[in-house]
Amino acid sequence: MNLKLIRKEILGISSAAREGHIPSAFSILEIVSVLYSNILDVEGIRNGSPERDRFILSKGHGCLALYYILREIGLISGSDLASFCRFDGSLGGHPKRSIVHGIEASTGSLGHGLPIAVGLATSLKQRSSRARVYALIGDGECNEGSVWEAALLASHYELTNLMCIVDYNHSGDRALLLGDLGKKFESFGFTVLDVDGHEINELEIALSHVDQTNPVAVIAHTTKGYGLKTMENNPAWHHASPDDEQLRAFMIELSDHA
Amino acid sequence: MRRAFTSTMSRLLADDERCILLLGDIGVFGFRVIAEKKPASVLNMGILEQAMIGFAAGLAMDGRIPVVHSIAPFIVERCLEQLKIDFGYQQLSGKFVSVGASFDYASLGCTHHCPADIGTLLGIPGMEIVVPGNGEEFNILFTNSYDNGNSTYYRLSETTNVSTQDVSFGKACLLREGTQGTVVAIGPTLDLALNASEHLDVSVIYVTTLRPFDHQALREVTKNLRVFVFEPFYEGTVYPDVLTAFSGLKVGISGKGVPRRFLENYGTRDEHLLDLGFDIGIVRSELEAFFS
Repeated sequence: MNLKLIRKEILGISSAAREGHIPSAFSILEIVSVLYSNILDVEGIRNGSPERDRFILSKGHGCLALYYILREIGLISGSDLASFCRFDGSLGGHPKRSIVHGIEASTGSLGHGLPIAVGLATSLKQRSSRARVYALIGDGECNEGSVWEAALLASHYELTNLMCIVDYNHSGDRALLLGDLGKKFESFGFTVLDVDGHEINELEIALSHVDQTNPVAVIAHTTKGYGLKTMENNPAWHHASPDDEQLRAFMIELSDHA
Repeated sequence: MRRAFTSTMSRLLADDERCILLLGDIGVFGFRVIAEKKPASVLNMGILEQAMIGFAAGLAMDGRIPVVHSIAPFIVERCLEQLKIDFGYQQLSGKFVSVGASFDYASLGCTHHCPADIGTLLGIPGMEIVVPGNGEEFNILFTNSYDNGNSTYYRLSETTNVSTQDVSFGKACLLREGTQGTVVAIGPTLDLALNASEHLDVSVIYVTTLRPFDHQALREVTKNLRVFVFEPFYEGTVYPDVLTAFSGLKVGISGKGVPRRFLENYGTRDEHLLDLGFDIGIVRSELEAFFS
């Protein structure tokens, strides 16, 4: 998958639609890409098989990354994407559950995805399915108590088929400092792996980790807006779309760097 | 009603592999037998209601029928967004069985009261709402609807009617026909409604399913456009449904329900009922005044 090209497309669609959380999408793009390239059983997902692996994007505002990766595997079409955030469009500013599009859960309210993932993993485990469940949450989202309620359940039910990936881009720092998130998950009974969330090789190793006793938390250290210096760690761009002139400049910047 | 839930639910757990019961750390003793037989299908989740509802949605995604059981305010008000998004918006099927409404736990104070549960849930499109009048009716209504593919809230309380009506999910029961107007009795208010209106020339219709609401039955039975509603929750909660039944017409509405204030006294449920005027003498004169 050509992630530089996808970043350009995300900028383009967001600019055209005047909608989208670009820096959040850029923050998770490598993670989502590696999941669908190397980790998940994509064939099962394409068929909507009950035995498919599940990916739940709990931080739903990063959805443009998910939409473009799902296009890469053929579940979302170019015309679906062209309708992004239109009145009658099939794809909105947060994911809406649609198995035909490969979207497992409707998210947008933070703190919902991990509890759902834990329930799903419990059901799969009870029926001895080989399918695995991956939930991607944000560090800001880790302020939500329901995340930690779900973490308690995940370790209590020994959900070795569950992986919680934290997109630790520090966007929550201006409100609450979370400190060592890995230690927190460890104390909740997870096996924790720290990884550079933009390094494909590191991600491939971490995301393929299977633990024999505990659920796994992957703390992915990321940069919000990664790939575009102007946006990186710049809260002003959290929910903003480039105008035509900014778009042209960003396209050039992306061609030169990243 | 709680006993009826325990026995019916235990039977369904034994018979239907899809069923899985999630307990918010209440009712655990009652389910000990089935829990021993099928430990994977009876989970005491602890005291983490929000995650419990989300967890239930995950189970539903994999084809299970989650039945979530806790005290009314902790299911409805604490977890409103999980009910709205995880079940409502995602169109998943979950069954939510509460106890304690509206003030069964009178002496425990307002944290354990929930006269707002129904009004709150009416804000979730597609959420079915069932208010049985006693344990036998719960059994019928729950067995009718537990695997209907929708999300449903079942409101159990300690106040019950002595007689059991011929209830079925989604249908109101016509119990009396009269010409001066209609009394609508909801769930456990029926005994009081019947006794207090005995001498009046009014129809009595008994409602145990509030969503979907049987507007047609109310419309058809009402000979005079005056409707008095007995509500075991905040008064006025179902008035919009009365208006919907008579859309475009002028209809006089009054009723007996729980007043919209915190009930800061303690004591017993019966003391509260008396204090709020759920008393045959008082209600009889209110009905007479309304229908005269």
